[in-house]
Amino acid sequence: MAATVVAMVLQRNLLGVVVLFAIYSFLMATVLAGLDAVDVAMTEAAVGAGVSTVLLLGALHLTGSWEAKPLHRPALPLVLAAAVGAVLVYGSFGLPAFSDPQAPIHTHVAPRYLNEASKETGVPNVVTAVLASYRGYDTLGETVVVFTAGAGVIALLRRRRKGRR
Amino acid sequence: MKGDIILRVIAKLLVPFMLLFALYVQFHGDYGPGGGFQAGVIAATAIVFYVLVFGLEAGRRLLPDWLAEKALAAGVLLYAGVGVAGLLLGGNYLDYFVLDADPVHGQHRGIFWVEAGVMLTVTGVMLKLFYMFADRGRDGEGE
Repeated sequence: MAATVVAMVLQRNLLGVVVLFAIYSFLMATVLAGLDAVDVAMTEAAVGAGVSTVLLLGALHLTGSWEAKPLHRPALPLVLAAAVGAVLVYGSFGLPAFSDPQAPIHTHVAPRYLNEASKETGVPNVVTAVLASYRGYDTLGETVVVFTAGAGVIALLRRRRKGRR
Repeated sequence: MKGDIILRVIAKLLVPFMLLFALYVQFHGDYGPGGGFQAGVIAATAIVFYVLVFGLEAGRRLLPDWLAEKALAAGVLLYAGVGVAGLLLGGNYLDYFVLDADPVHGQHRGIFWVEAGVMLTVTGVMLKLFYMFADRGRDGEGE
């Protein structure tokens, strides 16, 4: 994955960058599947590698596929990105160790979900039970967000097309 | 790309199975990985693949623009409607237990309709955006 990212930064042909993005998404999906988050892995493979690649290719078809030369040396942004990255890495030292059973996230509501979900909802896949039943409001909100974002983009593209004709 | 016979035959073979897999992911989401969001994206991908091989017009005959737009809104309405159905049957908003005499069965029913709503919205958004992008590209070429 690191090699993909470095190649992405060095690549000047945006078509290549899009393809590298798709490869990165597939690698990310395998990592997620390795972490037993199969639902998320599926989404990553389908959205990250599938649909967004197609949409980015569509955008490249409209704009041309060579990156413009930067107007100034990217020294300041580079320093800023490195500093933020360092702060995030420093912050991650404060997190509980990976797969630590005593971590707060595993002791709050997770045991109740895992123990009670199949009894209360009759749904063997706990992810689905939490998503649609316990967190029904959140998922409704997500669906509305998807709808609103889609409607916004549709409105933008449609107006531009009418204006040009 | 339209003239390539290998692509055309493979696409004709694959697209039904991709749609079938989307439905499997949708309805098997209770038992295995998957659910409305993943199923919606897979269904949209199947149609995007079909459009890439057979052209935009064929895709629009398969699933027209207005249907994608309607699906986009109908999904949200369906999801919110499940909540209202819970209210009408005497429970809280988005309370699935009252949807059936047996609470566990009610949960199943609620999750089923909610996931169907998510799938409709996601498929609608993805397809509509793809159609609009593809359409603009063709406008640009014509000028």
